[in-house]
Amino acid sequence: MARRLVPEINSSSMADIAFMLLIFFLVATTMETDKGLSRTLPPYVPPEEQEEIKVIEKNLFVVFLNKNDNLMIEKKPAHINELRERCVDFLMHMNNNSEDNTYPGYETQDISMLGGGQQRVTKAIVSIQNDRGSSYDNYIEVQNEVVAAYNIVRDTYARKFFNKKFDDLNEDEYNAIKELIPQKISEAEPKNIGG
Amino acid sequence: MAKIRKDGKKTPPPISTASLPDIVFMLLFFFMVSTTMRESSLMVKKPMLPQATEITKLEKKSLVSNIYVAPPTKEYESIYGTQPVIQLNDAIEEVSSIPQFIQKEREARNPNERPLMSVSLKADSDTKMGIISDVKMELRRINSLKLNYAAREKQ
Repeated sequence: MARRLVPEINSSSMADIAFMLLIFFLVATTMETDKGLSRTLPPYVPPEEQEEIKVIEKNLFVVFLNKNDNLMIEKKPAHINELRERCVDFLMHMNNNSEDNTYPGYETQDISMLGGGQQRVTKAIVSIQNDRGSSYDNYIEVQNEVVAAYNIVRDTYARKFFNKKFDDLNEDEYNAIKELIPQKISEAEPKNIGG
Repeated sequence: MAKIRKDGKKTPPPISTASLPDIVFMLLFFFMVSTTMRESSLMVKKPMLPQATEITKLEKKSLVSNIYVAPPTKEYESIYGTQPVIQLNDAIEEVSSIPQFIQKEREARNPNERPLMSVSLKADSDTKMGIISDVKMELRRINSLKLNYAAREKQ
């Protein structure tokens, strides 16, 4: 049987079809990636089960934002520009002297990745409080400064122990540093304090 | 010896367009892969995200649920007013329907991926904290604790 020749398909319109598809995807594309500040919320505890957790005041670094977006650090009015620096200062220093209340206390912990021996782990807790009337913009700015402060401190320790940037650490080293400087940011439920 | 022809009659050979489809296809595939279709149309104004420097990228887009908080667009202003409202998927909802929304989102995912789910809060920077706190409270109540405050990179 004679093989019938299939006529060659004309492919000159291929480019046009592809162009059409291309233009469709070009128009439909949204290249935005989801970026932002990642935080973990505290689990919900019903009011009747809530226990008063006693935190020694010297371990607390209180940042308060009122409804007019004025900032207060440790009960004194302050400017957002100094928040990061003061937060770093608070996280880097520690003493267990009960008479000295400027810096938080610490507990010693054995973190094997950091060359053995006892390491001082700060007990610092950063507490962010805000009013229901504060603006989201300022709230994020405060959050950002606090996270930045933690990153600076972690980076400092990463350089000290591993001679690397915090971002370049491998997983074990990363976890060791995280254990050394746990990110403790407490957020009280906002009240209508006004003011 | 070769003669140098000077009669400039010679037309340049036509550029071959045979590889044009290949090039176009390459571009096409690039855009197809990088495209994410917006599943829901926005009924609120596109939120002006706040700026931040310590930004992390959200991985696994399929595991992210979006909550928008912004004033409604012009056509919905008559129904919802001009104050910031919450949009979940494709409807403007009350704060109290967030647990339901999260529950639905959870059920739509693979059970072993559920712990990795997170919420991206896309709120306008002019919003007051009151509504944001309500959203956070609801999220805590339904035990959806991974939250990402969407933000732009600060220049």
